[in-house]
Formats: sequence, C-alpha cells, structure tokens
Amino acid sequence: MGNFPILSAVIFLPLAGAVLIMLVRAMTGSQENDVATGNKALTAGLIFSVATFLASLVMLASFDMDAEGYQLVEEVSWFANVQYKLGIDGMSLMLILLTTLLTPLSLIASFGSVKERLTEYTIAFLVLETFMIGVFCALDLVVFYVFFEAGLIPMFIIIGVWGGADRIYASYKFFLYTLLGSLFMLAAVVFMYLQAGTSDITQLETFAFAPEVQTWLWLAFFASFAVKLPMWPVHTWLPDAHVQAPTAGSVILAGVLLKMGGYGFLRFSLPMFPDASQFFQPMMFALSVIAIVYASLVAWRQTDMKKLIAYSSVAHMGFVTLGIFSFTEVGVQGAIFQMISHGLISGALFLIVGVVYDRMHTREIAAYGGLVHKMPVYAAIFMLFSMANVGLPGTSGFVGEILTMTGAFQASTWAAAGAALGVIFSAVYMLTLYRRTVFGQVTNPALEGIKDVSVKELITLVPLLIGTLLLGVVPNLVFDVTRESSLRALQMITGG
Amino acid sequence: MLDFEAMIAAIGPEMLLALAGLLGVLLGAVFGDRFNSLSFKFGAASLIAALCTVLLNWEGGEAFNGLVTTSPFVNFAKVVSFGAGAVTLLMGENFLKRHETIRYEYPLLVIFASMGMGIILSASNLMTLYMGIETLSLSSYVLAAFHRDSMRSAEAGLKYFVLGALASGILLYGISLVYGFVGSTSYAAIADAEGGIGLLFGMVLMISGMAFKVSAAPMHVWTPDVYEGAPSPVVAFFATAPKMASMVVFANLMFTAFPGVFEDWQMVIAIIATLSMIIGAFGALIQNNLKRLLGYSSIANMGYALIAVAAGPEYGAAALLVFMTSYVIASIGLFGGVLAMRREGGMVESIDELAGLVRRRTGMAIALTILVISVAGFPLAVGFLGKLLIFEAGWNAGLLPLLIVLVLSSVLAFGYYLRIILVMWVREPAERFQPVDAMVTTAIYAAAAACIALFIFIGPFADWATSAAAGFYQ
Repeated sequence: MGNFPILSAVIFLPLAGAVLIMLVRAMTGSQENDVATGNKALTAGLIFSVATFLASLVMLASFDMDAEGYQLVEEVSWFANVQYKLGIDGMSLMLILLTTLLTPLSLIASFGSVKERLTEYTIAFLVLETFMIGVFCALDLVVFYVFFEAGLIPMFIIIGVWGGADRIYASYKFFLYTLLGSLFMLAAVVFMYLQAGTSDITQLETFAFAPEVQTWLWLAFFASFAVKLPMWPVHTWLPDAHVQAPTAGSVILAGVLLKMGGYGFLRFSLPMFPDASQFFQPMMFALSVIAIVYASLVAWRQTDMKKLIAYSSVAHMGFVTLGIFSFTEVGVQGAIFQMISHGLISGALFLIVGVVYDRMHTREIAAYGGLVHKMPVYAAIFMLFSMANVGLPGTSGFVGEILTMTGAFQASTWAAAGAALGVIFSAVYMLTLYRRTVFGQVTNPALEGIKDVSVKELITLVPLLIGTLLLGVVPNLVFDVTRESSLRALQMITGG
Repeated sequence: MLDFEAMIAAIGPEMLLALAGLLGVLLGAVFGDRFNSLSFKFGAASLIAALCTVLLNWEGGEAFNGLVTTSPFVNFAKVVSFGAGAVTLLMGENFLKRHETIRYEYPLLVIFASMGMGIILSASNLMTLYMGIETLSLSSYVLAAFHRDSMRSAEAGLKYFVLGALASGILLYGISLVYGFVGSTSYAAIADAEGGIGLLFGMVLMISGMAFKVSAAPMHVWTPDVYEGAPSPVVAFFATAPKMASMVVFANLMFTAFPGVFEDWQMVIAIIATLSMIIGAFGALIQNNLKRLLGYSSIANMGYALIAVAAGPEYGAAALLVFMTSYVIASIGLFGGVLAMRREGGMVESIDELAGLVRRRTGMAIALTILVISVAGFPLAVGFLGKLLIFEAGWNAGLLPLLIVLVLSSVLAFGYYLRIILVMWVREPAERFQPVDAMVTTAIYAAAAACIALFIFIGPFADWATSAAAGFYQ
C-alpha cells in the first residue's frame, strides 16, 4: 500500500459521491421530485457507500492487530500547531467498520420508503458518513471537534426534512442540546491546546495536566459526551429525535452517533485525565445504573415502538459507561463490544419497526397484534433481534452485557447488581413489545392485507442478523482487534 | 522636497482612487446617461487597480511628514475592503437597473467612500483620520439615500446622517480634547505623552465615535434601520468594506496611539464588546426581515471582533484580520442571497420568503447554507476558525468573562441562523424567485467556495495575517 492515504480516502469517498451527485443533478437541471431520478441518485449513493465499505475492509486487511499505538497515520500541517492528523487503533477501526456497514444498509432501507427529495436525502447521508468516519479517525483535537460538530448539520437536516410530524421541534432539540454540550468541550480543547502547545492527541495522552485542571477538563468533555451518548439525565433529546427521524436516520443515530460518546470517553477522558476519571468513577457508576434501570422502566411504559427502542438504547449505553469506568480489561473490552453489538441490534430493531411502519404508517404498539399469522418470516427475525437486545446467550448482546457487568463487579458490587436488574427489565419490556405486536389474534382489520418482509428488507436485515449471531458465537473477532487499544487506555489510567 | 516614491508607497492607492473618481466625474459630465452602465465596470476596475497598488506597496511607508503611515496590517484591510467594494459594486448593477436608478454617481460615490477608507487606514495623525472618516461618511449618507424617491431609503439616509453627524461630532470633540492635553495630533506623539485624565476623556469620546462607525453597541441603533431601509446593494457594501476598514482603523488607533493606557481602553472596549454581543444576538432572534437580521448579526459579530481588539496588539491583531476577512466574505455571499430574493412585483426581504429554497434552487440553497454556517461560526467553514482564533486571543489576554459571553451569544445566534437553514430546507417551497443575475450567483457561489477553501487552507492564510500583524510584536 505504501504511502497511499487510505484513511483520507475512506473518509472522503462518500463526500466525493455526494459532490458528484450534486453536480449531475445541477447539470441535468432536474428540479422535479420524480421518483425515478431520485432512485438513480439513491442507487449512486448506495454504490459509493458500498465502495466505502469495501475500502474500509482494505483498511482492516492492512491493520496489524498486534501492533501498539496508532496505525496508518497521516499527518499534514493545517495551521499554527494544529495538524490534520489521522490514525486508527483497534477500537476506532471497529467503529469505522460499523459505520461503513450501517450506511449502505440504511440507504437500501430507504428505497421505496422515502419518497420525497431523494437526491438531497442521499447527499445528506453521504456527507454524514464522511463526518462520522472522520470522528473515529481524527488524531488531532481540533480535527476531531470539527468532524464531531459538523455531523450535526446533516443529521439536523435529515430529521428536519424527512422526519415525522413533530420534526422541527425534534431537530432543534437534537441540535441545540448537542451543541451546548460541545461548546464546553471546545473551550476545553482551546485550553488544552494553549497549555500543551499542541492539539495532537498522541502527545496530549502523555501530557500530564494538573489534577485540579483535569477535573474541569474532564467535566467539559463529559458535558459533550454525556449528551451524545446519551446519559441520564441529559437523554431527553434522544426519544424525540428517534421518533421523528426517518427509519434510516434512526439507524444511523442509534447505530453510530451514540457511539461517539463512548468513543470519546475512551479516547480522551481516560487517557488524558486519568486522575479525574478515577475521581468521577462513583458518579459515572451511579449515572450508568440510574440510566439502565430508569430507562428500562420508562421503555416498558411506552406505547410507541420507536420510543421504546430509543429508551432501550439509553439503557444499553449505560452498560457502555459502566464497562468503561470499571477500569478493568474485561469491562473496557466489553464496553467496546457492547457498542458494536448495540450498533447492529438497535439498527436492526429500527429497521424492523420501519418495515411495519412503511406498511401501516403508525408506530403505535396498540395498532398491531397477531403479526405472526400474517408475517411469519418477519416474526422470526423480530424474535431473534428481541432476544439479542435482551442479551440471550449466543447473540452479541449477551457478550457485551456479561463482560461489562463482570468488569463493573470487580469495581463495585452494587453497580453490577443494579445493572443486573436492568437486564431483567430489558427482558420485560422487549418481551412485552414482542408479545403485543406479534402474538395474539389479528384485531386491527387494517392488518388483514399486510405483506411479509420483501427481498429488499431481507437484504438490510440479514447482514445484521449474521453479524449479531457471529459475534455472539465468536466474540474474539472483535476482541482480537480491540485488545491492544483497550489495554493501552487502561495502562494510561492505572499508570502501569 | 517630496520623496515621490515613498509617497506612492504610502498613499498611492488613495491617489489612484481620487484620480479615478475625478475622471469618472468628467466622463459622467461628458457622456451623461450613456456612462451609467459602463461606470460600474469603471468603478470596479478602479478599485481593483487600487487593490493591486496596495499589493505592490505591501510594506508601506510614510508620507506628508508623518500624516500618513502605512503598514502591512492596514494594507491587509485595504486589500479586503477594496476587493469587497468592487464585488458589491458589480453585484448591485442590475438591481439598480431594474429600479431605474442606475446612475454613474453611484460607483463614483463608492470610489470616494473607498478612498476615505484608504485614508483612515493610512492615517497616523488624528487630522488625517478625521478627514478620511468624513469622506467615507458623506459618501455613505448619500449612498444610503440613493433611492431618493423611496420613503424608506430617504429615511435611512436621514437617520444615518443625523446619527452619523452626532458621532462625528463626538469623535471630533474627543480629538480636540486629546490635542488640548497632548499638544499634538500625531499618533506617535500621543503615544509618548503623559496620560492624564484629560487624555482619557478624549480617548473615551473617540472610542464612542469609532464605535458608531463599526456599529458596536451602544452606538448601534442606526444599523438595523439603515440595513432595512437603504437599497440592498448599498447595504451589501456597508456591511462589508467599511466594516473591515473601520474595525482595523479602530484597532490600529488603539494599538498605535494609546499603547500607554492599554488597561484603560481595554476595559471600555470590553464593555462595548459585551453589549454588542448581547444586543446583537437578542435583537436578531426576533427579526423576520432578513436585512434587519443581518444588521443585528453584524452588531454581534462586531462584538466578537472587538474581543480581538481588547486582547491587545500582541494577541489580537492577527485574529482580528482573519475573523474580519471571514466575516466580510460570508457577508458578501449572504447579501448576494438578499439580492437574489426577487419575485414578480419586486424584492422581498422576509426570511419566510426563502421557504423551500432547496427545492427551487438547490445549488444556491446549499451555498447559502454554507455561508450561514460560516457566519454562525460552525465548523467546516472559515468562520469557525475565525472565532476560534478570537477565542484563543481572548484567552491569552485573560478576558474570560468576554469569552463566556462569546460562547453564550454564539449559542443564541445558532437559534436564528438555524432558523434560516430550516426555512430553506424544511418548509414547503414558496413561489419561485425571478432569474438571478449572473454576477450575484457567481458572488454567492464564490463566497461559499471561499469559506470552505479558507477553512481547508487556513494555514497559509493565517500565516499571512500573522505576518501582516507582525509589526505589533516588536
């Protein structure tokens, strides 16, 4: 491969696709919204995102799992002491793969279900993909911040334009919530840059900030990542955003955007502010357990399918923070695994809701019931992902939960006990949802003519299904890649 | 004996503009209305020629026994101001043609105003400063009222004139106090003088006068009215070239004439900056008229720029140049957007008229989105880096309270900038706009492209600004 900048290529390939689609659109001068042109644009976007996925597989192939530190590093001077610096380790590699896998799937899911302004829709998704990959590749704080923030705009537009009835409110809430959190982080970034004289992440990792300074910096980063993840009590934007977003938007939001918070904790908070991270461990445990238990209980009472899954996301993200702040190898590895696994499972669950929403145009649980009689294949797939979400052994959900809880148990028995309570609740709300939508008799006459999953929907669901089961049976596929990076993060915090 | 070369180096561009202006008057007298259309190209060409003259004499020099002194710092501002003047002039031609007010006086007034900007930027003596300001202001008053048959334009011109004359009076009063206590009007002599209470009084009055010129609170009240009332091409000009020039003059005056009383004026400017940020952000939040909104947004942005001034020459000078340039570029594009909002029956100015623009004119909507993102200071466009540098400057100078206001007012600003984006992208499309002039379209696209390009290539650009401001580091 030599010096070919493969990371930049993967980052900017989707953007190039977006620009190309825009140019073609400008040249053909098509102003109308006919579906044929839109589908062409969507197909082009799909080709680009698949190409990006293939390119990220090349990245995986050229990645050395046993090497320490960052690989495939690229560095170009940007301005002052800020570098355009990219590089990946195992953790970011897995998240990039997740991103490049979910984007084409969500574009496939959009065929037929999104009918308006498909060209712009495709452009927005491709631009968003560029920013998401950029976040996971950035090795410079300013570059990271730029990608982190820039992703807000396409997501804002996706929710605001193609969302449900209350989309304006939801998109504003999503944007301003996240922005407010991020501005604290920006202040911290500027401060760190001025203190250390560099914004290079590799150098900042070894730069020792004074303990009292660390506390403030940690809190500033926390403000941003806690909103993004989201943690209780700043999670309230998530259900709104999820409910209003189009199916593909929800998939990306739950599958990738939430992971940026967990990634941020692992990449910045732990290595750069080890003392503060230790100091805040009890608080993080408390917030995680509250998130797990509270969000699970709230999920139980939902009448909207998407809202239920959104709250379940909040609960599952609680496991991620729990694992990270256990400061044990099991916990951190489990947290990364949980992020990947949740990306697959929640993405699939939102697609599953999308399947029936496209047919019935309602997400009310009460409107369904007895789907198993009409849609047997659908019911089977739904069953598998429900079980995965609950954490049934054999699925990836199990591995993530058991490892994060094991990690937490070593640090605090009470936290682990609280989290275990959440696992039980998750079974309660998922089984309730499943029973009420799939089992029973068909009561709603509108359901009589409903069709089972189409080939298109199978194409989107099957890869996620394979991924969930494969990772559930052979979790080492992930652990081998992420081991070095988790050990490294832990080394910095324990000083050993 | 006059040293001709040094004189060219110091005020060559202004002399060129003066000659061009006089030549334009002659041509106008000879050819009458036949010169109207050509005069816009003539004006733009003169401004570009002046810009080249600046670039050729980048290091600057001194002339007229120290009445004018130029440096790379002010030359940077001249380049941006003249460039912005030329672009806004060309953008406005068709607008005036449609309103049947295309007259050769317009470009000539822009030339003379630009000459005034050049003079205040070159000034190293309060007398030169005042003369330059009056040249700039008088031309501006007439420009604001250029649609003399329109009530709104006449009202804008009158308001601008009355308030502007008051501000000039205050400035002049300040100058006379400074002169009375120092005994000289030269910047260098003032800087060397013992600072007494009288000098401080004079200085504060001068700051008030300058605050009017850059439309900083509490001397900002004219801005929304003039922005709304004056013809759009004129506002595009007001919002860009004179803003850049006046802000740099403001900084230059403080940095070179009053370095000894830094702490005193730092506090005054910090207060002005705070007020501007707050009033600008809250004011813009409730506007429906795009031009008024941009007026308030400019007040807030001037507040940000004043943080760089308050940070002092060492930290703030380069940041000021980068920030103001990014602001000027984004403003040119946004006013291009204002000029593009034309329907059957005339111009429209309400934000709601942009509804669904993305479906009517996708390219323009994307370009405007980029411009709004830039002026809001969001990543991906140069405005973010401009604000970042201001933030860094303020941090280095220890202006923490100002930075808190900066951040909060930026969040507030997202409220109204987001609304523009939302209206363009989400709302059901309004009726299609009339075809847009090629020049305006080009300006919008070029400005958006420049915002992205400067974001990517900020390194060389910031280095250039830093080297231009290097004179202050010694």
